[in-house]
Amino acid sequence: MAVLRGDIELAGLTKSYDGVTTVVQGINLRIPDGAYCCFLGPSGCGKTTILRMIAGHEDPTGGEILIGGENVVGLPPVARGTAMMFQSYALFPHLNVRDNIGFALRIRGLSKKDRNRQTDAMIEKVRLTELADRLPAQLSGGQQQRVALARAAITEPRVLLLDEPLSALDEQLRVRMRLELQRMQRDLGITFVHVTHSQLEAIALADMVVVMDRGEIRQAGAARDVYATPRDRYVAEFLGGQNVFAGRVDAINGDLASFASPQMKHIAVPVGSAPVSTGDTIDIAVRRDDVGLVRPGVDVAADTSWLASRVLAVEYQGNFVKVMLDATGTDEFIAYIPERTFFRDPYAIGDVVQATWPSHLARLLAKTTALTA
Amino acid sequence: MSAVPQSVAVADARVTKHAIAPSRGSRPWTFYVLAGLFTFYVIALYGPMICIYILSFQDVRGGLVFPMKGLSLHWFVDLFTQVRTGDVKGAFDRSIKLAIVVTVITVVVSFMSAMAFRRRFPGDNIVFALMIGSLVAPGLVLGIGVGLLFNAIGIETSPYTSALGAQLSWTLPFGVLVMFAVMSRFNPAWEEAARDLGASTWQTIRLVILPVLAPGLVAVALFGFTLSYDEFARTLQTAGPQNTLPLEIWSMTLNVTSPSLYALGTVTTIISFLIIGAALGTIVFIQKRRGARAS
Repeated sequence: MAVLRGDIELAGLTKSYDGVTTVVQGINLRIPDGAYCCFLGPSGCGKTTILRMIAGHEDPTGGEILIGGENVVGLPPVARGTAMMFQSYALFPHLNVRDNIGFALRIRGLSKKDRNRQTDAMIEKVRLTELADRLPAQLSGGQQQRVALARAAITEPRVLLLDEPLSALDEQLRVRMRLELQRMQRDLGITFVHVTHSQLEAIALADMVVVMDRGEIRQAGAARDVYATPRDRYVAEFLGGQNVFAGRVDAINGDLASFASPQMKHIAVPVGSAPVSTGDTIDIAVRRDDVGLVRPGVDVAADTSWLASRVLAVEYQGNFVKVMLDATGTDEFIAYIPERTFFRDPYAIGDVVQATWPSHLARLLAKTTALTA
Repeated sequence: MSAVPQSVAVADARVTKHAIAPSRGSRPWTFYVLAGLFTFYVIALYGPMICIYILSFQDVRGGLVFPMKGLSLHWFVDLFTQVRTGDVKGAFDRSIKLAIVVTVITVVVSFMSAMAFRRRFPGDNIVFALMIGSLVAPGLVLGIGVGLLFNAIGIETSPYTSALGAQLSWTLPFGVLVMFAVMSRFNPAWEEAARDLGASTWQTIRLVILPVLAPGLVAVALFGFTLSYDEFARTLQTAGPQNTLPLEIWSMTLNVTSPSLYALGTVTTIISFLIIGAALGTIVFIQKRRGARAS
């Protein structure tokens, strides 16, 4: 049997349920074979619809879905070589763990002996041997998830599709099962496509993060790229960890833009070759952990940007301290100060401070509409 | 240092003890009032029926009222041997057979309509309203209407045509409503999961939908059977020349003045209980079997 590749290509993929509003708007995306890909976005952004179209539970209104180079639109799930793990798992309530996992083999008409041999091997793999005779209702959330994973994996798919697999679990279990998913993906060596609304989950698991908004891809790339270098305000705000604020450009010296407003006169932003001219309003992102705080009057280095502001609130987070500032008007401005640094000279609420960061670490964001919250 | 948590723990234990065992002392007076009310209710509910069962076991001197005269199975024998009490055996036979046909149709149609009503379709509200309409229509009027209609188009009324239709107008809405309730707990993702694992539509129905819904289907069957077996109003004008059991009992109340009437009541009750027992037993069996495989 030829080795089936599990790379996925979405070309102009569109979905509309009523012919008026499109929930998925002409998506183009390539997911490499064996990748762990996370679709990330708020509810209603079309991420689950894309997953269901790849799985074959929903037909696209337009466009193509290629798996291993072959257009699969119109094929049933089994012919696509995909398997889906449903949100809340959809385990068959009348079948025990063994029969749930062996369901696909029963459908294929395997003899009971062959079926049980393969099923038991899979049960062992997900460490459920002692629970093989239990009904789903007698299992914990984490155990149910392992059954769902095993039931999908036993079909030997080339693509495993996971719809919010961790959302039914409590916080601690979620972190544990995250590791388990990662381990399964390495063991199976197949493409995982995982839909989630949790940025933590996405960046912890994925080789490739696809940030979605209202049926469109805002940014797709490696987890670190998407987190550290968000393309626009939406991505920066959704992934968090960034201060995003807007300013009107007053002058451009070399590749640094500066601002007119008195609040922002000490800020310089590298704009590179971006088409920015005097008078434009631009969005800027500064990582919260790049921001330092100094008392007013302390000299700052020449290539450092700074903002004068007042401390609004202080939250102790253990390894760092989250300091909220009133620096930029309506936009939140937060500094993550390492715990030891903070407590060398702690700030109280109401203190006047200067928020500083090396100018070259600020990033110009592409202009898009703000996230409507 | 350790004294403080200890005293807290002691205080805690005392509070808990008090909270979980409030009935260790005397019960509140409301308990006795409500218990009395419930006892009265049970007596009012079952007393009249029990009178009939007791009176059916009199001997040959027995009458229609208390006191009991002797103790024997005389009137049960009388019921099945004497012609003057009417064709009880035949009526019983016809009722059971009709009820079985009604049950099968009710289960099949209720299941299929519940499957259909999972999705919205044009006119679904109208279909639903029409269905409930036949439930609220007065039974006697509906029965007379069916009888008149058959008369008008020149077809003889008979158990398996007019009576069957009239009874289905009663059992189907019930069956469909029960199935709706059962279906509301059916997760459509189960079907999708089956399809995802390669099952055809028929395999999905056979291996997932039917087994999951089995207890509900047994309940619908029980409903269909007892509603038909008991049905009087709609059957009166539609059963044709021969009586079903409820019609036979009714005619006996008009012209039989012996305890064999009570004996008939006892026999039909026993059969009803047997059927309910069988249905509940089936549900328990289904669940036991799942539990047995699960342990």
